[in-house]
Amino acid sequence: MKQTIAFTLNGEAVSCDVDVRQSLIEVLRDEFEMTGVKEGCSVGECGACTVIIDGQTMESCLYMAVWANGKNITTIEGVAAEDGHLDNVQQAFVDAGAVQCGYCTPGMVLSSEQLLADNPNPTRDEIRRGLSGNMCRCTGYQKIVDAVELAAKNGGVKTDNRNKIPFHVAN
Amino acid sequence: MYDITGYHEAHSLADVFAVIRTDPHARIVAGGTDVLVKNRAEAATYAEVALIGIREIPELQGIRLEVDGTISIGALCSFDEIEHDPIIRQHMGLLAQAVSLVGGPQTRHMGTIGGNICNAGPGADSSPSLLAYNAVLEIQSPTGTRHLPIRDLFTGPSQTVLKPGDVVVRINVAQADYQGYVGYYTKFARRNALDIANQSCAALIKVNDQQEIQDLRIAFGASAPTPVRAPHAEAYAQGKTISADVLKAIGTACLKDTKTHSGRNSKAFRDHLVTVLPGRNIMTALKGDE
Ligand code: FES
Ligand code: FES
Repeated sequence: MKQTIAFTLNGEAVSCDVDVRQSLIEVLRDEFEMTGVKEGCSVGECGACTVIIDGQTMESCLYMAVWANGKNITTIEGVAAEDGHLDNVQQAFVDAGAVQCGYCTPGMVLSSEQLLADNPNPTRDEIRRGLSGNMCRCTGYQKIVDAVELAAKNGGVKTDNRNKIPFHVAN
Repeated sequence: MYDITGYHEAHSLADVFAVIRTDPHARIVAGGTDVLVKNRAEAATYAEVALIGIREIPELQGIRLEVDGTISIGALCSFDEIEHDPIIRQHMGLLAQAVSLVGGPQTRHMGTIGGNICNAGPGADSSPSLLAYNAVLEIQSPTGTRHLPIRDLFTGPSQTVLKPGDVVVRINVAQADYQGYVGYYTKFARRNALDIANQSCAALIKVNDQQEIQDLRIAFGASAPTPVRAPHAEAYAQGKTISADVLKAIGTACLKDTKTHSGRNSKAFRDHLVTVLPGRNIMTALKGDE
């Protein structure tokens, strides 16, 4: 039950053989060592496994690996600059103290990236709605909302990352 | 790994029918937000079966306004696509509002309206609105095409009249069923996001300048074994002028068509919601906020 898939991962063309039973998160973590993609619940409830697929956040635990064929996928590893410099949203999470254990953070950052690409100046309510698919068991969310506000104030999603993060803002 | 015996990517409806012919137990998967969850839970008929992917089939895509005014929604449209579609926002605000309350953003990007209907959860967020719009499903099967009103679809919790090989291709709403109506949907859940409705209610109403009710449609989620309309209340409302007493009587009449029982909430609380939500939805809809 093997199948070969080819897709774009953090700006790079990649391919691999997958078992049709595999989920995308298994392939990203096990084959490509993208261990920033976290598995929390495995059933689409926590958002820890969030990745961006063709410009939309999705949960990689409920996404069959074979569906990745031909897609453009961004994980948290594709967000920072090549030299390791954090991007604007990541830096805002650090500056606002929005990270405690960090397990939810990759998913939170990716949802924030998409939110700010779609809506560069969100209200706090819009931020809450944009992040409502991501659960955090540590922070109580206030600092995370602060971080997204800060990122928006500091210029939102930086353009030099946008050629790596394939946001095609559909709506 | 998902507990499946194989995966077929269908590129056409003929591909789906060919797989079903050789393997009648194969299950169709659209966005995966329901089928793959049930697969992980090892639910009967969802695990140890082959899956048929239908994401590439062109007939199931996109939202169109037909020349006769019918709005045709492809079964594979995601909740997010429907929420933001200009045709839906202009003509079917009730549906746009209802699907905006599904899960979180990721679920709205992945989950499809066709899947939401076919999985037939009693609290599925799209069902009350589609019932109110008298939506008609275009179903294709190896023996041909048929049209099924959505009110004839549900037979029980997670159960429908659909047979293996039936594919819901499009969801159609005639112009007469949306033009001149305003609506509002209320979802009751423990959390605002990422939750399944404990109970929900959609109201769709058309009034004249004298505030007389020309037509009223009320539908409930999670208030009976299946999503249901409230025909007794709807018939009562016909021609009445809106007032507090009329709204109250509408709410009471809704109890004739719902069938609540105690679960996460008591029957008394659920019945209370059945009686108050329609009136609130009607007033909110008529205020035109949404
Ligand atoms: S691990 Fe995917 S949503 Fe929780
Ligand atoms: S920081 Fe620990 S789960 Fe969010």
